[in-house]
Amino acid sequence: MALSGIQIYKMLPQTNCKDCGYPTCLAFAMKLAAKQVELDLCPHVSEESKAQLAESATPPQRLITLKANGNEVKAGNEVVLFRHEKTYYNMPGLFVRIKDDLLADAIKEKVAAADTYSTNYVGIDLVLDGFAVEAVSGSSASFSAAVAAVRAASKKPVILIAQDAGVMAEGLKVLDGEAPLIFGAGAENWEAMADLATQYKAPLTVTGNTLDELADLVEKVKGKGIEDIVLAPATRSLHGELTTRVLIWRLAIKKNFRSLGYPVISVAGDAGDPAKEMVSAAQAISKYAGFVVIDSFAPDFVYPLIVLRQNIYTDPQKPIQVQPGLYEINNPKPTDPVLVTTNFSITYFSVANEIEGSGLPAWLLVADAEGMSVLTAWAAGKFDAERIAKSVKAFDVASKATNRTIVLPGHVAVLSGELEEELPDWNVRVGPREAVDIPAFMKQAMT
Amino acid sequence: MPVEIPKDKWNGQVRVVTLGATADQGGTRTSTVTVGGETTMPFMHFEGEIPHRPVIALEIKDRRPDDWSSLLLDLWSDKADDPAVWAKAAEEAGADLIQLSLSLTNADGNPTTPEAAVDAVKKVLAATGLPLLVFGPGQADVDNELLVAVAEATKGERLVLGICEDKNYRTIVATAMANDHLVIARCPMDVNLSKQLNILISDMGLPLDRVLMDPTTGALGYGIEYGFSVMERLRMAALQGDAMTQLPMIVTPGFEAWKTKESKVGVDVPESWGDWEQRAINWETITAVALLESGADILVLRHPESLKRVRAAIEDLMTAPETV
Ligand code: B12
Ligand code: SF4
Repeated sequence: MALSGIQIYKMLPQTNCKDCGYPTCLAFAMKLAAKQVELDLCPHVSEESKAQLAESATPPQRLITLKANGNEVKAGNEVVLFRHEKTYYNMPGLFVRIKDDLLADAIKEKVAAADTYSTNYVGIDLVLDGFAVEAVSGSSASFSAAVAAVRAASKKPVILIAQDAGVMAEGLKVLDGEAPLIFGAGAENWEAMADLATQYKAPLTVTGNTLDELADLVEKVKGKGIEDIVLAPATRSLHGELTTRVLIWRLAIKKNFRSLGYPVISVAGDAGDPAKEMVSAAQAISKYAGFVVIDSFAPDFVYPLIVLRQNIYTDPQKPIQVQPGLYEINNPKPTDPVLVTTNFSITYFSVANEIEGSGLPAWLLVADAEGMSVLTAWAAGKFDAERIAKSVKAFDVASKATNRTIVLPGHVAVLSGELEEELPDWNVRVGPREAVDIPAFMKQAMT
Repeated sequence: MPVEIPKDKWNGQVRVVTLGATADQGGTRTSTVTVGGETTMPFMHFEGEIPHRPVIALEIKDRRPDDWSSLLLDLWSDKADDPAVWAKAAEEAGADLIQLSLSLTNADGNPTTPEAAVDAVKKVLAATGLPLLVFGPGQADVDNELLVAVAEATKGERLVLGICEDKNYRTIVATAMANDHLVIARCPMDVNLSKQLNILISDMGLPLDRVLMDPTTGALGYGIEYGFSVMERLRMAALQGDAMTQLPMIVTPGFEAWKTKESKVGVDVPESWGDWEQRAINWETITAVALLESGADILVLRHPESLKRVRAAIEDLMTAPETV
């Protein structure tokens, strides 16, 4: 549990000697509490205090990073149960599962498609994070061939799933030097799996049927010197997964219970059919999974999940915004119209994409509405005629769009009268309400 | 190592609200629906009571809508031409409730009259025994005119009248009081505004066990994170004992999701969006599931396949885990 400045102060020598560069021990303690300085700046702190402070500086949920060829996926290190309390930091990694009974060519085809999958949402390119290769054939030759086929088709991080440590070892050999996530250790095989994790310096999942079993096995694995652990509770129902993950997060974040202070992996692919799998993955994303393994990867399946992940992991204090300004779309000329919108990312991209898709040139004036949608900003007084007129002047729109036609979003048609007053030499038009209808509007009304 | 299960202690409870009235209760419904009563956060069976499962309504309109996705219109086909037939089909598709949304204009483009609204509601009541929610077209003066007529013509049915907003609640609340109906209080994603509106409604004398609360949610990709968080905050406030937030929450993922380009449009969209129909169903389902996880008691959907998927999720989530 993080300590307050006062708690830290009590552990310092309280001599105010200034050797740390701060005027008092308390000032230094405050900086420590804010994690802005390192403890070693104070040469006088006792060994006992050092140990205590180090313990409190350890995050309640360990950060686990899966790396491969310059790609990284992080999970863990979360500090709140509910996103409105601060924010969630590390989006759950999405891994597509490949079973080793597929032929190498089929594997390569599937992996290549998922590997290159990318979709643009509010200006951000969203992708899948990696692959989970599972030994179902029982043959270590098939497993290592499957791992090799995956690695040949993608450079992204990999999770290896096998019950048998001998089979696992063959897969690890293929990825020597990479430290993939080993999935994993159960009650029967944990010692052998822990040895592999040590040998390959790789993170290890720990499975248990109950929280007691999980915590027990974590302690055993830790006893073998393993620190990078991912929890893989055995439950497969929505209710079981939800309860288990809520409790794991509560125990870690609120109780600082070290034995369960790790991210959790969810195998949504085990849900059965794609419909159930999607619901399971959606729950995992909104409720406390650090890694999610899916079997389906059709774009219409992946796209909604990847957007959900982006939404839930947006910092609630900072809406995603774009820079206010005058944007040129499809090389506009001075005779082309000006469409006006706000600088909330979702709004901007809905509109910009439609104009672009219409193929017609236009100027897009993005007013500073403090990152709010059209109606939100309007209701909050951040998107009115005065502000729009101010943007027109600030970005010198009149000199670029000499035709002086400006189009308002249909939702704020009420502003047109006032805007005419603010911009007397402009032709103020009201556009459609929804961005989808912009191309038709531009084709019919603007030409 | 026995792990001590950390239980949150709550002292508040969501109110229990019953929708619809049977013949003995002064209405004509063959069944009623009861929601609310939770004493814990969504599906945390190990630390509190969740006496009533979240329920699903399907939305229908008084006439074939002009602005719905063609996927939905093709699916309901000519059933959408008659609210009675449509309601029956929605019941057969597994809905617990029907939401009838009144249109601003009739098929000829003339304003919907109170008589036509009453007629549509009566037809639906005759076609199905399920409890009914009736929504106005969403323009204050028209809503008032149509909903008052509907409320009076269906006295005692315990319909749910949608929707009351800060600028337009008095008339609807008054007619709900006079005619034994329920109302929905809708606020734009703000805990304090929700509380205020609930206070205003309760000050008029409508008992709070006849009020549902719609926090407004947004769709997946279009603001759902705000809805998700405001619902979690509202539910926490309710469980902490704040009486004016202790109302069951109704959300409209069908309306929200089917408004988005992802659901509405099948051509000229990025290849990375995939198959249109599946994407649209997934959009609605995921919007609904995210809201279910954050505290929804009533979900209003539009597509029967989404209903099937969300229903399966509810069944699963309402089972208490045997061991943790
Ligand atoms: C998410 C949300 C919020 C979020 C803010 C998110 C953000 N960063 O903007 C939060 C929770 C903070 C919020 C707050 C408020 N909100 Co709010 N909010 C919403 C919600 C649910 C979705 C808005 C959204 O993101 N839409 C998606 C974007 C893409 O839509 P858009 O910007 O309108 O853009 C579309 C079109 O306008 C069009 N378009 C855009 N630009 C252009 C340009 C041209 C030329 C054309 C042709 C078209 C076009 O294209 C886009 C896609 O179709 C809506 C209700 C709803 N479901 O729509 C309420 C809503 C907008 N909020 C509302 C209100 C009242 C508020 C508050 C004032 C409440 C309060 N008092 O606290 C506050 C104001 C903020 C403040 N005081 O700081 C009301 C506005 C009512 C009204 N009609 O005036 C709404 C409509 C809810 C309601 N029904 O009451 N809100
Ligand atoms: S160096 Fe240590 S003892 Fe000296 S003032 Fe800084 S914190 Fe206090």
